[in-house]
Amino acid sequence: MAHWLFQEEHEMLRKSVRGWVEKEIKPHVEEWEQKGEFPRELFYRAGELGFLGLTYPEVYGGSGEDYLAGAVFVEELARCGSAGVAAGLGASVVIAGPQIYKFGSEELKQKFLVPTITGEKIGALGITEPNAGSDVASISTTARDEGDHYVVNGSKIFITNGVRADYVVTAVKTDPAAGYKGISLLVIEKDTPGFTVAKKLEKLGWNASDTGELVFEDCRVPKANLVGKENMGFYYIMQNFAWERLVMALEAVAAAELALEEAIRYAQQRIQFKRPLSKFQVIRHKLADMASWIETARSLTYHALSLFASGEDAVTAVAMAKVYACETANRVADEALQIHGGYGYMMEYPVQRYWRDARVGTIGGGTTEIMKQIIVNRLIK
Amino acid sequence: MKYGVFTEEHEAVRKTIRRFVETELVPHVEEWEKQGYFADWVIPRMGELGFLSLRYPEKYGGAGGDYFMGIVLAEELARCGAGGLPMAVAVQTDMATPPIMQFGTEEQIKKYLIPALKGEKVACLGITEPNAGSDVASIQTRAVRDGDHWVINGRKTFITNGVRADFITLVAKTNPDLGYNGVSLFLVDKDTPGFSVTRKLEKVGMRCSDTAELLFEDCRVPAENLLGVENRGFHQIMWELQGERLIGAAGAVAGAQYTFEKCLEYARQRTQFGKPLIRHQVIAHKLAEMATEIEAARQLVYSTARKFAAGEYPVKEISMCKLVGGQVSFRVADAALQIYGGYGYMMEYGVQRSWRDSRLNRIGGGTDEIMKEVIAKSLGL
Repeated sequence: MAHWLFQEEHEMLRKSVRGWVEKEIKPHVEEWEQKGEFPRELFYRAGELGFLGLTYPEVYGGSGEDYLAGAVFVEELARCGSAGVAAGLGASVVIAGPQIYKFGSEELKQKFLVPTITGEKIGALGITEPNAGSDVASISTTARDEGDHYVVNGSKIFITNGVRADYVVTAVKTDPAAGYKGISLLVIEKDTPGFTVAKKLEKLGWNASDTGELVFEDCRVPKANLVGKENMGFYYIMQNFAWERLVMALEAVAAAELALEEAIRYAQQRIQFKRPLSKFQVIRHKLADMASWIETARSLTYHALSLFASGEDAVTAVAMAKVYACETANRVADEALQIHGGYGYMMEYPVQRYWRDARVGTIGGGTTEIMKQIIVNRLIK
Repeated sequence: MKYGVFTEEHEAVRKTIRRFVETELVPHVEEWEKQGYFADWVIPRMGELGFLSLRYPEKYGGAGGDYFMGIVLAEELARCGAGGLPMAVAVQTDMATPPIMQFGTEEQIKKYLIPALKGEKVACLGITEPNAGSDVASIQTRAVRDGDHWVINGRKTFITNGVRADFITLVAKTNPDLGYNGVSLFLVDKDTPGFSVTRKLEKVGMRCSDTAELLFEDCRVPAENLLGVENRGFHQIMWELQGERLIGAAGAVAGAQYTFEKCLEYARQRTQFGKPLIRHQVIAHKLAEMATEIEAARQLVYSTARKFAAGEYPVKEISMCKLVGGQVSFRVADAALQIYGGYGYMMEYGVQRSWRDSRLNRIGGGTDEIMKEVIAKSLGL
């Protein structure tokens, strides 16, 4: 029986995404990881198959605002075994697109959202700066009002897709004295004078995704590129955090499942002391623990997803799901590496990548500590 | 769309049980714990209120509720603050009686099941022996056919309700050469000659429930007291263990929730270094972790209960619920005790009882290690 949360149409979608991932992504993962980038064509292909529009309405080229379908897509994508591919492909529609769709003008939607859903344009979301991440109110990139333009100065860091994005939905201070009430979102296009990619960052994991450090020097951005209203950016950013974090939790569960499968496969084949590792009780119990943590994380994540999809307040549940799922993925990947022994430490086995990739789950999109603080603010105080 | 598991009817029953627990049980809990025995009126009173037969069909005097009604009962009873009482009730409603409904003759249903559901007879379940618990196939209690009687010899131990029970649903070997396939179930009345309670056992926790060591010496039981099919007892009791473990997990999680709520209340009131404990970040985050673990375990239980209620037999997931629920309940109680500091170590605060009681969740009904064995097997290891 299918899981209670999903309908038949979701299971059909799952099958088709899984087939695509198996055939068109998995065989190339090693190469893309080494290159530190996956081909741009993958965006077109995902768009062509309709996978980038699952959570957007038909008028913009999507197939309906179905977050369960969106969840199925990211879960299956994570099974490609490279979290970088999932993060890069996902960033366009999971974090950049929603800001434009929910709060942007019709003109912005036509110009940026529609081609994002077809995969012709790559989007990025630029919030984090060298001196401010989850503490969004403290960002220092400014946008000075100059009539029909803003002049942007500042820098952004850790920006997924930042190196090759066609546009960056950028958080800027339009009223630096007003704290979080002075933040706005601007869509800044790649070739805008004054906008440069200062660096492609080297990372511990997520290697197939490009991560940029961006600099804005007297970068003139047309006023038409303001998303929604001026000084409402903080509120817009907070609105989409739930979905971003939910996606991270879903990907973490799927990645943990993959690590478990890899560990089981290895434990059944590897013979030591004349029997497979899977016949040693301590290894069996370790695998049972891993499977139990994963099932627990999945149950909590689906609970959060069900609240989110039905429009209920999901903030607490999502924060819990992100903590639990991402911490679980870390722990499971670490145990999977341990079961692989010396081979686990070699680059030729995929388990090392699962281990490195999982590590960012408890950092990106708000650290575990930030998630706990949210839970505290909502539940404890 | 709404995805919750409880209907208005469930919530109405929840409210009724909660009121009963607060007004009729909570005022006596301390005294019962000291006595090592909760009052004999509790079970008849619960029968009178219909709480023992919520899930049983109307023809047996039940309310015909679904599986989640049983979860509501387990969750609310956990809020009496002493684990022994809900455990005793679970033996009555979910362990000793379901096999009678499933496999019993009309006669047996009339004589044992219906009075048990009304609370007129207390039931216990006799599986564990001094030398065999989860290893059911190794039990040594023998039943030998002698004319129109069975003659039973052997010992049982750790039997919840064993001291006060009016009858026991007993597991005995009817064919010692056949292992699993030589086990049968019997219904044995308290006053049957040759049956005696040899000892009321002293326990670390769960003190208000009575736990017995039982002795059968040439105990002659009428042939019509065989429950179900001769030599099929193992299979008949195995499915029952699943329901027991799931309800046990639901109760464990609800106990943790209760402990958490009490602890939160304490942390709000207790002032140190000029501010309440909850304003100390490390305490606040510990509470956030506890809440997250509880929610995760709860959603695992609910997700599994959906499957079980739909007629599936999810042994792997139920074992995970038992494992995770038991571990979370003890971890939460231990963290709570730590937050209470010195007061946590004093007998006048309830948290020490939660700590002692919850420890059994990792042992009774199958230890953590047995659960991991079951899970490992289900994973194909």
